[in-house]
Amino acid sequence: MARRGLAAAFQWTEARLDAAFGARHNPLHQLGALGFFYYWVVAVTGIYLYVFFDTGTTEAYDSVEYLTVEQWYLGGVMRSLHRYASDGMVLMMAVHIVREFAFGRFRGPRWFTWTTGVPVAGFVLAAGITGYWLVWDTLAQYVAIATSEWFDWLGIFGERIARNFLTPASLDDRFFTLLMFIHIVVPLFLLLVLWIHLLRVTRPAINPSRGLAAGTFVMLLALSLAKPAVSHPPADLALVPTALQLDWFYLFPYPLMDATSYGAVWGMTLCVTVVLVALPWLPPRWRAAPAVVHLESCNGCARCADDCPYEAITMRPRSDNLPFEREAAVDPALCTACGICAGACPTAMPFRRRSALVPGIELPDLTIDDLRARCAAASAALPATGKREPRILVFGCRHGAPVEGLASSGDGGVAVVTQPCTAGIPPSFVDYALSRGLADGVVVAGCAEGDCEYRFGPDWTDQRFARRRDPYLRTRVPRDRLAVVWTADGKALRRAVADLKARLADMTTDAPGGDARGAVGGDAPAVAAAASSGPHG
Amino acid sequence: MARVLAFAGQAAVYALTAAVLGYFATDPAYAPFPADKAEIVLSFSHLGQRKEACRKLTREEIAELAANMRRGEICPRERVPVAVELELSGTLLYRAELPPTGLARDGGAQAYERFVVAPGAHKVVARLRDSAADFGFDYEAAADVALAAGERFVIDFRPEFGGFLFDAGRAGAGGS
Repeated sequence: MARRGLAAAFQWTEARLDAAFGARHNPLHQLGALGFFYYWVVAVTGIYLYVFFDTGTTEAYDSVEYLTVEQWYLGGVMRSLHRYASDGMVLMMAVHIVREFAFGRFRGPRWFTWTTGVPVAGFVLAAGITGYWLVWDTLAQYVAIATSEWFDWLGIFGERIARNFLTPASLDDRFFTLLMFIHIVVPLFLLLVLWIHLLRVTRPAINPSRGLAAGTFVMLLALSLAKPAVSHPPADLALVPTALQLDWFYLFPYPLMDATSYGAVWGMTLCVTVVLVALPWLPPRWRAAPAVVHLESCNGCARCADDCPYEAITMRPRSDNLPFEREAAVDPALCTACGICAGACPTAMPFRRRSALVPGIELPDLTIDDLRARCAAASAALPATGKREPRILVFGCRHGAPVEGLASSGDGGVAVVTQPCTAGIPPSFVDYALSRGLADGVVVAGCAEGDCEYRFGPDWTDQRFARRRDPYLRTRVPRDRLAVVWTADGKALRRAVADLKARLADMTTDAPGGDARGAVGGDAPAVAAAASSGPHG
Repeated sequence: MARVLAFAGQAAVYALTAAVLGYFATDPAYAPFPADKAEIVLSFSHLGQRKEACRKLTREEIAELAANMRRGEICPRERVPVAVELELSGTLLYRAELPPTGLARDGGAQAYERFVVAPGAHKVVARLRDSAADFGFDYEAAADVALAAGERFVIDFRPEFGGFLFDAGRAGAGGS
């Protein structure tokens, strides 16, 4: 229930951000890519800071002060960018995690990407915290001692690490060399873990759109100039830090340690980690059956493999005697059951009459034959043809704006057929619905652009309809009877349906008595015949 | 008009993000330690004496050892716990018997304790026993210290320097 509430909150916010940024530049659709962008800002500014950083108990602080005060115009800005981009990375990561959780994108085959994201959080925090040590001011002193004591609580180290911070004499210059090394190596490992995190994602979006990147950088720069990052007074082990300006993005565990205990924070860390890692396997269970290949219909064209968003389909040498070089093979462990492969299959052709409608690949629980039958049933539920009101068939996905309510909203001229993803509906079904008179107009509705549940639904559908990606929507399909809407906003969807209805009604007025393809309420017997014969081909 | 509103919306989102980043990067301020208190840290890593004394091996025992392992005496690894006491102006602040670390209980006893105390003049007395004796202490040191608010006073134990070490530049070390 809480997850649904979160998802609704995200959808509400994203609809507003869509209006401001456009769906393609909506920051909530590019949280991972923005995280990468912040990472690169941190990396580049970090290299600059490293050039001037001096490793030593007093030199560390002095070199950072030099950058901050004397070289404020460049070094100071670099330091501020370094800090705020690091904070931005945590912010993006946190929202990214909550958002993926809210939309349930951690179950089934997505377990791998979700689970490998958990250590990413640990590496990001470790990289940031070691960065704070390097400044060696009173904040660094507090963080260094608290971190050491936290690890000492485990009791696995021979001598307590915190003893390194007893007196200034306990500290060696080489300690800062080691710290610097850790602060460089941890982010490099982070990059490695991020690479693993994206291993099962086809065409991962690791760069935000240029406009968003530019806006984000300007925002960071303005913030750096308006509120430059500064140090606390230099560390003094003869004093206890009493007032700190904490960076809550990275250092939130420390007040928690003070308020509870080191053991409690270890316990919380363990619990949160275990829950996050176990989440994909907690109830309710993932039940969607993976796509299946029907070799007798598969000609090895590889369109399904090209369109699969999760690299779940590979092409392998033919295993039967059919005269094709390759055949598709589905890895069930990677298949999210989006059905995009079926939408890409050129044999998923509803016009087929003489043989059973068995395409080369499809979802066993939502077959193409079943889709055709549902189209016919939906059409049959529409008012009889010949009436003045246009009849609309909506092909909707299950993750965008809610389409189910359209048919029962009292608006008698609308019927709905859903699939997990709109790209799982072959373009030939649009042709089929219009040319066989199942409806006067077709609306294809799916997730907002840039936020497809299955990543590429709107992209592939748009490209197929524009005849830039196989399988094409045939040229004979009257485009003025087709509306495509990508939104999570129910109102926008209803508006699109109403607009199409109005357009179709105008066409009726303009061309009364036209044929079934050209006007509303035309050749009634032909439509009736199509509706009854549709499911059986 | 719609374009202007869109730009205004974008600006608002960037401004909000900057505000969140800018604020939580430093605020709210945090006070990890009361400003009107001082801190005493007692910390050491010290190896207690052996639980059992070394003894000479008999000729037969030496003969039973592998050729490369033969030696004249054997020393059991286990160490005794280290007892420690800390007194502040006549009040017992800490008393513990710290076990040796390690699976074979042959590592140094570890102490790391922090105490929040009132600032002002104090007499600090530290005692430590690392022998197998049941009572009494092998080391004792005392110092008169004046602690300011926010000050951190560290007590270490280094037998190679004579025993307890009070903060360098403050009271001297002592032992008995």
